[in-house]
Amino acid sequence: MESKKTFAQKLSTEKAAGYICSVPFVIGFLGFMLIPMVISLYYAFCDYDIVSPPVFSGLKNLKKAFSEPRFWMSLRATAYFALIGTPLKVIFALIVALILLRNSKVSGIYRAVYYMPSIIGGSVAVAFLWKRMFQPDGTINRVIRSVFPEYKLINWLADERAIWVLILLTVWQFGSSMLIFLSSLKQINQELYEAAEVDGANKWKQFWKVTLPLLTPTVFFNLLQQTINSLLAFTQSWVITGGTQDTTRFYAVYQYQEAFTNRNAGYASCLAWIMLVLVSIVTFLLFKSRSKWVYDA
Amino acid sequence: MRRKRIIGTIIYHILVAIGAFVMIYPLLWMVFSSFKPTQTIFATASQMIPTEWTLDNYITGWKGLQRYTFGTFFANSFIIAMGATIGTLLSSSVVAYALQRLNFGLKKVLFACVLSTMMLPAQILMIPQYLWFSNLGWVGTYYPMILPYWFAVQGFFVYLIMNFIGGIPKELDEAAKIDGCSYYGIFARIILPLVVPSLITCAIFSFIWRWDDFLSALLYVRSVKMYPVAMALKTFTDPTSSSDYGAMFAMSTLSLVPITIIFLIFQKSLVEGIASSGIKG
Repeated sequence: MESKKTFAQKLSTEKAAGYICSVPFVIGFLGFMLIPMVISLYYAFCDYDIVSPPVFSGLKNLKKAFSEPRFWMSLRATAYFALIGTPLKVIFALIVALILLRNSKVSGIYRAVYYMPSIIGGSVAVAFLWKRMFQPDGTINRVIRSVFPEYKLINWLADERAIWVLILLTVWQFGSSMLIFLSSLKQINQELYEAAEVDGANKWKQFWKVTLPLLTPTVFFNLLQQTINSLLAFTQSWVITGGTQDTTRFYAVYQYQEAFTNRNAGYASCLAWIMLVLVSIVTFLLFKSRSKWVYDA
Repeated sequence: MRRKRIIGTIIYHILVAIGAFVMIYPLLWMVFSSFKPTQTIFATASQMIPTEWTLDNYITGWKGLQRYTFGTFFANSFIIAMGATIGTLLSSSVVAYALQRLNFGLKKVLFACVLSTMMLPAQILMIPQYLWFSNLGWVGTYYPMILPYWFAVQGFFVYLIMNFIGGIPKELDEAAKIDGCSYYGIFARIILPLVVPSLITCAIFSFIWRWDDFLSALLYVRSVKMYPVAMALKTFTDPTSSSDYGAMFAMSTLSLVPITIIFLIFQKSLVEGIASSGIKG
């Protein structure tokens, strides 16, 4: 009986249904992620300009990356952006979440307004607006001058300062981290605060001894997510500074320029793999540090 | 004591409202500036509300690039964002059903792969995918911007729907099975109708991300005729192509309108979606 199943019967078993329903993902994963990544691993060891066929060149691309000053500068700019921008963003998100935790009739409106910049922040429109605001003849300078007529105009987008303009742009988009904090804050058992109060802990002490330890898993999650995002920032740098300054040419922009402006697809593939390794290391280190400071109930 | 509380509440609201104003000041400034006569925008930068209102910026801006108006670019963006979003919803929900409800050999392996796609950001895939798609002859078409999404390539959507399916009582599946429903029927008749709330959340995020996706357009779109709004706006606001800031602000404002409307309508599901799944906004 069992062995004589018709084709239709075979298709309707749980196992078959499971595989059939997973087919879209299997195709997508192989066809749009795994195969391109594996092929690019081969290109990473080739001279390849997209037009003519790739020629194997061994470790040349890797050696080139390590000896190229622009590679190190783009890493430096990206690290600067990630290491300063991300913690600031997460701290800001936490502070605002604590403030907005208080319930009132308009708290929904506040939440929406503070979240608004995050939802549109990745757009070209906002990057362009940011550029116009911080240009020498832009809004910021004009507004400051209208208050202080003596003020000497500052070029906010000049080499050494431009990175701070980009950091400000990313910190401004703390909204989604803030919402995640808000929802974890609401889940904290109120009895813990009552108990702390009985023990004579003031609000400040309650925050450090109760709230913060219970929030560390959320802090971890936000840090992980935002760090990876900022390691790969592209649009902001591309639109605001055009990828022309060493101080703000992020890694993703450098990779793009190598692939398309300089037509070094082999080298750019190598850069993609270096970034994959770096992101994995950062993720690994963050997870490794987890047990040191994250409180798991 | 009571009076002190009221004063405290008032101070709280004043401070939070000032903070909120600072947060959206840049956006308000852009929106109001787009209604100012273009030559007065920077001279009156410190004054937000226009003294003289005009729609000229919208009229000149709408003319767009070359022979194509922004109407074309908006239509292109809608096609791309809708095409990718519909595919994402269908494929992600089927895959989520399989991984959450059905037992089969490679289930754990596949779930690990889904999680790995969540950790693998688009910028790392940028060059490898480009080279792959260029071998397939897809550069210059919308295929790279729509087709992959029909194959559940965004792990967080699968993950989000899986969590939601996990909350549906299994007795429903079993009752349907006893009534003669196949595993496919259970998905189509029981699960799919019940996961609609999570599909709405996914749809909003997917649409917003695809609408804002500038990088793919930069990589794959070649002709101005096919530009989505993000790409058109980047070209339009390049100092080399124009210096009409009024028109640039007007089109920037317009490009944010669809997202803002979606945000205002679906604010609640968005906020809940982020809070429950922790996906980025």
